[in-house]
Amino acid sequence: MGLATAFWIMAVIVVIAALGVIFLRNVFRAALSLVLCFITVAGLYITLSADFLAAVQILVYVGAISVLIILAIMMTRDVQRGSPSNKIKFPAFLVVAVLMGIMIYTVTSNSWQIAAESPLTPTTAPIAVKLFSESGYILPVEIGAMLILAAILGAIVIAREK
Amino acid sequence: MIGLEHYLVLSAVLFCIGLYGVLTKRNAVIILMCIELMLNSVNISLVAFSSYIVPLLLTGQIFAIFVMVVAAAEVAVGLAIILAIYRGLTDIDANNINLMKW
Repeated sequence: MGLATAFWIMAVIVVIAALGVIFLRNVFRAALSLVLCFITVAGLYITLSADFLAAVQILVYVGAISVLIILAIMMTRDVQRGSPSNKIKFPAFLVVAVLMGIMIYTVTSNSWQIAAESPLTPTTAPIAVKLFSESGYILPVEIGAMLILAAILGAIVIAREK
Repeated sequence: MIGLEHYLVLSAVLFCIGLYGVLTKRNAVIILMCIELMLNSVNISLVAFSSYIVPLLLTGQIFAIFVMVVAAAEVAVGLAIILAIYRGLTDIDANNINLMKW
């Protein structure tokens, strides 16, 4: 019961915050709305008993990515003219509405095989075992580390003054 | 009772809001923010699948972690590109960035 209430409250907040990202005129306010959206998504992870992912969501998205975005907004402040829309507003709305209808129809008409077990909690130790054990995902972890390193170097090279 | 469908519908709605923003916005920073929104909605559905379909395997949560890794790399490079464009053109309007248009 409490979980259902929490889900509905957070679902409403997350949709309103996402609409705020789209429709707020002020870019900085849109970024703050995005931060609210990230925090609420972390709450949704907790209702799904994914505690480690909720912590990672707060650390990575709220802590790092939103700071990067706000920094970019501030560095480009003198050319910010709100967040205008382009000319394909109406066809884009049509396409998105059709896509949303298709997706909602698909997920509601499909009969999912819900497992009987209740999900694992806490998840931190099992995720660590999965990620770093030899039969787990150690190769993707290493590739992810290489990707991050390449992205950092690329970002430095691209953004550097000549 | 909250089921898997609730989370999937919420994820679909969020994804469509983000997609609408990516398609219609002209400010490049807002476009990046909407991409983050779409990645987050995909993460919600991955975690929901993980905890409702295979609650003991955690596969979806691990995939969500990799999505976060790629999202962090993407936003770092994307914002660096936006700053470089801003330095060259003093503009971040996606309509006016037509250097690579032919």
